[in-house]
Amino acid sequence: MDLHTLTMAQAQDLLSRGEICSVELTQALLDRIDLYDDRIGAFITVDKSCALAQAKAADERIAKGDNAPFTGIPIALKDLLCTKGIKTTCGSKILGDFVPQYDATVVAKLKKDNAVVLGKTNLDEFGMGSSTENSAFKITRNPWSEDHVPGGSSGGSAAAVAAQFCCGALGTDTGGSIRQPASHCGVVGLKPTYGRVSRFGLVSYASSLDQIGPITRDVRDAAMMMNLICSHDPKDSTSAGVQVPDFTKALKENQSLEGMKAGIPREYLEVEGIDPGVRSIFEQARKVLENLGVEIVEISLPHTQYAVAAYYILAPCEASSNLARFDGVRYGARDSDSQDLLEMYKKTRSQGFGPEVQRRIIIGTYALSAGYYDAYYGRASQVRTLITKDFSKAFDQCDFILSPVAPTPAFKIGENTKDPLTMYLSDIFTLSANMAGIPGLCVPAGFSPKGLPVGIQMMAKRFDEMSLLRAGFGFERALDLKTSFPVL
Amino acid sequence: MELEPVIGLEVHAQLKTKTKIFCNCSTQFGRSPNENTCPVCTGMPGVLPVLNFQAVTFAIKAALATGCKIARESRFDRKNYFYPDLPKGYQISQYAAPIAEHGHLDIETQKNGAKTIGITRIHMEEDAGKLIHDPVRARSMVDLNRTGVPLIEIVSEPDIRTAEEAGAYLRKLHTLLKYIDVCDGNMEEGSFRCDANISLRPRGQEKFGTRTELKNLNSFKNVEKAIRYEIDRQAYVLEEGKSIIQETRLWDPNKNKTASMRGKEDAHDYRYFPDPDLPPLIVDETWIQSVAKLMPELPDQKMVRFIEQFQLSVYDATVLTSNLDLADYFEETIKGLSDIKQAANWTMTTLLGMLNAKGLNITQSPVTATAFSTLLKLIEKKAINAKTAKNVFEQMVSSCKTPETIVKENGLEQVSDHSQLEELVDKIILENPDEAAAYRGGKTKLFSFFMGQVMKNTRGKADPKIVTPLIKSKL
Repeated sequence: MDLHTLTMAQAQDLLSRGEICSVELTQALLDRIDLYDDRIGAFITVDKSCALAQAKAADERIAKGDNAPFTGIPIALKDLLCTKGIKTTCGSKILGDFVPQYDATVVAKLKKDNAVVLGKTNLDEFGMGSSTENSAFKITRNPWSEDHVPGGSSGGSAAAVAAQFCCGALGTDTGGSIRQPASHCGVVGLKPTYGRVSRFGLVSYASSLDQIGPITRDVRDAAMMMNLICSHDPKDSTSAGVQVPDFTKALKENQSLEGMKAGIPREYLEVEGIDPGVRSIFEQARKVLENLGVEIVEISLPHTQYAVAAYYILAPCEASSNLARFDGVRYGARDSDSQDLLEMYKKTRSQGFGPEVQRRIIIGTYALSAGYYDAYYGRASQVRTLITKDFSKAFDQCDFILSPVAPTPAFKIGENTKDPLTMYLSDIFTLSANMAGIPGLCVPAGFSPKGLPVGIQMMAKRFDEMSLLRAGFGFERALDLKTSFPVL
Repeated sequence: MELEPVIGLEVHAQLKTKTKIFCNCSTQFGRSPNENTCPVCTGMPGVLPVLNFQAVTFAIKAALATGCKIARESRFDRKNYFYPDLPKGYQISQYAAPIAEHGHLDIETQKNGAKTIGITRIHMEEDAGKLIHDPVRARSMVDLNRTGVPLIEIVSEPDIRTAEEAGAYLRKLHTLLKYIDVCDGNMEEGSFRCDANISLRPRGQEKFGTRTELKNLNSFKNVEKAIRYEIDRQAYVLEEGKSIIQETRLWDPNKNKTASMRGKEDAHDYRYFPDPDLPPLIVDETWIQSVAKLMPELPDQKMVRFIEQFQLSVYDATVLTSNLDLADYFEETIKGLSDIKQAANWTMTTLLGMLNAKGLNITQSPVTATAFSTLLKLIEKKAINAKTAKNVFEQMVSSCKTPETIVKENGLEQVSDHSQLEELVDKIILENPDEAAAYRGGKTKLFSFFMGQVMKNTRGKADPKIVTPLIKSKL
């Protein structure tokens, strides 16, 4: 049996029945990482001995028969999630040697179940980017085509899942950072409703937009992982005190989607620069859903054209403040030659942060300055409210919104690095979900003519991940993509 | 041209919560550096603030005590600036939407009498840490124990006109916050800190002059001294025909002057914006009502009650309600007493005199309210006279014995037995025939001679109210 091909659900089944043990599964994945990750570059840190120790503990727990759903299942974590005792770099030189004293709430939940943490995956520095090229440490390559980016910022997690280095992974999504790399790597990615998952221990990029979510091989695994990570957390004041359903209940084999309505925003199809391959895959997806009984309605999200501009004000504003703590005083890198405090701050931060992070800190600092606040932060917040209202109106007409994830398939490494604006514009379909706090799911939908995976996105109203998982699962089963994983 | 000072005060009061405002660390003062810290208050990556609702309850109390309007929805903002004592690179404060606004405090000064000072706002915020500079190794060290300790900032309207009024306002506010038990008021430990904004304008002009902000005013005396100095300094500058620079000035208590700390050109742009990690703070009517129920009687209310209930003078009532512990002591003392005025006098002169001399506050008094009350009861029952009582009081202070014990051990009971005293008076008149004759001849001043003899014979224990008519009738 090729252990690395197992989904989380399959691994769970085999582990609980004693047909495989976690140590052999973990070892198989570690071997595969050893073999291929020099090429792919999905991981920043792999802690083999720790992973194997966790696997051993999991096997002992399974032997006693008190296994939890994730006991023994090897997972990869985006390196923006704090892991006690394991280096957490955020893809930044400024935290190159930083080892947290505590676990993020989601990590603590994984550990409580005795899941196995294989390692920490690469990302755009502090989550700022759409290609994982903004990592201070390495380039991550798209497992489907190694001269292409995996997307970002959770590019390492998406690549690790696509390359079958792990059963599943956690990513974070501030403007599309789970969904876009999932689309580019041909895997499933779900950004939950804002407040569904505790952000405690997620190193903040833009606090009002950040959300942790699963990146998995299929929709069932995403639902499984949602069951684990969603809950109210007293350590996160923005986490919601809402009931968490059993998300796997959304998954029913051969279920008809009769009665569901999918809205297609007319403004999204008018976006310039949508790749013809993406367009045709989107059309196919629409037909697949229609065949499943989904009624397609045209909807309008009239403020779409302002979303990118507003997002690239709000996110940098929050970032400029969130990243102020990286000052060299208490932890992380510090310039040691400085003669005074101001020089130490300047040198530490200029040397510690990469260009994209510095660009966003400068934009945010400027936009929050006295005299500019109303024109920038104030206006952008108003746009955010309007976008949120657009979505609430839209959800009066449909159960979920169907859209592309990104205007193009994965682009070539280096192709867009000179032009941050084009890179920002490619977030057009995903960042509105963050602005409105609604959940968004990316499901693989086909391949571009060049053989690069392309996903579709479904968005639902707040706390209605069930509709997304239901429609996503139905779509995934109906589409039945045969070549769902790349050959390395 | 006569110049009129315009003064506004900003008071930072530390709330008496056991734990910090956004994490569970202790707020205890005097721990070793960085002992009271955790990932949240040291600003580690990925941590999030969780509001301490006890701090909110205390802020509501302060708002109710100052007649502020409490916002149903307030908000926390980030005040962004870099400094090593500020781990996150921003202070969480309330800027655009504070928890309470539009209150007032009534003060009284000798010169200007009663006056109401407006309170602009009360907002909640976290304290910063502390830098310790090591001059030997030319290093600075950071202590984050104080980081995240909850504060309220109480901002007054620019209604204050003199240093004396500023002092009265601060003392009143200090008393009030201690009364409602939200702040320990310890100025040395920094639990109650004050900044003053001062400007001058020609009397009659409405527009404010350019102001300076005074910092480091760590005692009531310093506040008054610094404000007086700054008023004189500004007046001098203006009379020279120069203009005031808007700046922050530091009070130097050793040199007794203020000096420029930073000018307007160095003024920070704090880039305030709503903290996305904290949802709006909702304070509903139920919460306010539940806090209102916990409110103790406020100093002004207590003073009025003391006047009405105990027929005390305004002065006595003011002194006795000037702090809650003293007021409680007094009320405990007068239980079962009938002469309240006498108790008030004893409390204010004898008891407070002794405490002042010893540098103690009322809670540290060696004489408990119960013992003090017993002493006063002995006077009321005429078991001892006032003079003896002073003596007993002194022994109570030094020995901690009960007044009854002291009286018994020393045989100090007042002699009130009529026949015993009559016998004594007869004997003294017989023994002093010359003085008796002189008295009878009109030298009534000799009355005190006979009284003195009686007291001498009874070692001061004779009841003068009985002795006086006896002497007079016998002579």
